[in-house]
Amino acid sequence: MGLLSKKDTKLITDPFADNNPITIQVLGICSALAITAELKASIVMSISVLFVLGVGNVVISLMRNIIPSKIRIIVQLIVVATLVIIVDLVLKAFAYELSKTLGAFIGLIITNCIIMGRFEAFALGNGPWRSFLDGIGNAVGYGVILIIVGFFRELLGAGTLLGIPVLGDPIEKTGLYAYGYENNGFMIMPPMALILVGLIIWVQRSRNKALIEEH
Amino acid sequence: MSLKARLHDLKEKYRGTKMAPAFNALHTFLYLPNEVTHGGTHIKAADDLKRTMNTVIMALIPCLIFGMLNAGYQHYAAVDNSLRLNPLANFFTLDNLWIGIIKVLPLVVVSYGVGLIIEFIFAVIKGHEVEEGYLVTGMLVPLIVPVDTPLWMLAVAVAFGVIIGKEVFGGTGMNILNPALTIRAFLFFAYPTWMSGDKVWVHAADPRVGKLGQGYIPDVISGETILGSYAQNLEPVYTNWDKFFGFIPGSVGETSTFLILLGAAFLIFTKIGSWRIIVSTFAGAAVMGLIFNAVVHAEIITESSKFFGLMNTDWWEHLMIGGLAFGAVYMATDPVTGSQTNKGKWIYGFLIGFISIMIRVFNPAYPEGVFLAILLMNVFAPTIDHYVVQGNVKRRLKRLNAKTA
Repeated sequence: MGLLSKKDTKLITDPFADNNPITIQVLGICSALAITAELKASIVMSISVLFVLGVGNVVISLMRNIIPSKIRIIVQLIVVATLVIIVDLVLKAFAYELSKTLGAFIGLIITNCIIMGRFEAFALGNGPWRSFLDGIGNAVGYGVILIIVGFFRELLGAGTLLGIPVLGDPIEKTGLYAYGYENNGFMIMPPMALILVGLIIWVQRSRNKALIEEH
Repeated sequence: MSLKARLHDLKEKYRGTKMAPAFNALHTFLYLPNEVTHGGTHIKAADDLKRTMNTVIMALIPCLIFGMLNAGYQHYAAVDNSLRLNPLANFFTLDNLWIGIIKVLPLVVVSYGVGLIIEFIFAVIKGHEVEEGYLVTGMLVPLIVPVDTPLWMLAVAVAFGVIIGKEVFGGTGMNILNPALTIRAFLFFAYPTWMSGDKVWVHAADPRVGKLGQGYIPDVISGETILGSYAQNLEPVYTNWDKFFGFIPGSVGETSTFLILLGAAFLIFTKIGSWRIIVSTFAGAAVMGLIFNAVVHAEIITESSKFFGLMNTDWWEHLMIGGLAFGAVYMATDPVTGSQTNKGKWIYGFLIGFISIMIRVFNPAYPEGVFLAILLMNVFAPTIDHYVVQGNVKRRLKRLNAKTA
């Protein structure tokens, strides 16, 4: 990449894999468990967080020298809240059904620990361009896990992807269902999301031994 | 050279290689290992993990054989109700056994096959010996599922239970949850229509599996379990002796309280199972049953309530129906996931029985509350032990202080 220096590239690629907000820092778990039963919801959630974190990081970074440190959390909250309201209204206007499924979870992006975490840990101490890259990197790292979990939960739990039946019709008994296959109801339940995230963590740490914590 | 000596030679030859654990597992399964303890061991005993596991399996064999016969008996009795008038005469028939062989044995084979393959793979990856832990789990699993459970579902559940329930924690002896019950819980939540309801308990009563025979109308008679009938405020058709000896529909091996009690006696006699846990589980269930009976007696709950049927069930009947006895004897006593201290065992068992009956009565969707209760108490067992040990430490400190003061 000619556009980005090596250091800047790392800002994007690091949270994507070895410093993933969900699997390594174990942040933003609540939304990962709640909305990943459908792939579509996972994708929309990822894009929303991408927008909020990317723009939010830039805004906070621009204001970092004028925010009094005593009230910085309040300022951060106002920035996130503003951005989340924009996302919420856009969804209500253009994807009403989806905004109903996601329900409170769009609003709860405000409390997503990844966002406040990046503001505190990065945007307050770095310039806007680097903050932007950091925001994008972390949001993508978050989104990738959400989409992987959402993919498996929807495929195995409902036999569909993005609402389109891919394994056949469970009622008419076509496709795989003709051979006695059944949807796995456990996949739809939040505990399974936790187990899937756990499996991703397992795979990741056995591929990269450096990530295993000492006890 | 005898086969045994040959195997010993092979073992020496493959020592340290990747495949050694898998090979050693086969070897120790067939013969006693040729290694003896060196050094200053003070306590020598003949019982190792393998013997412990085999004792439990021996205690389970009567339940398995009974379950096979019962699979056929329930199948034919659902077609022809008159068979139930004289269960003894119609139970021990070859026809019944045949249904058991074609329906129950595949469950056993799949359970062992999938589970042991996973154990072997993990042993090879981790480079340790294959552990015997799955021997008992593999036998328990087919006994606690409905007879018509599709084999692929069982395979998926076993893979899940062994990997997530046991191997990720470090294998046999390290697991928090009972693997057999993890498998049952997975099946229950993943494929509820195959694990509950009124038809899955009798072979071919479910129209998805087959037809019971000529003139059979699926809605007329079915394999309604006793718990299911009570949950709907209906009077079940079975006598108390049927319930005690197990001529009732249910999961494959858990129907016969009589054989389970025999197994319990065997386990207690061989000192494999903890009598404290078994007794306290039954006691806990009886206490909860008595409380519910008292509530009904005081007319706080009347017949209009949806809880009436199960609450009005006599406390001693609760001990015979459903999986309570099986859970108390074979599941709760698992030494790995249960409490370790003697006082802790009393508390642990009592709460299992108590909570089982509570779940059974209050949530008719989960009439088999016992497996949830045991899993719950598995999680709490270390906490119970912790407080028992702390309590002991405190008491002794007090005594010491009183003496020295």
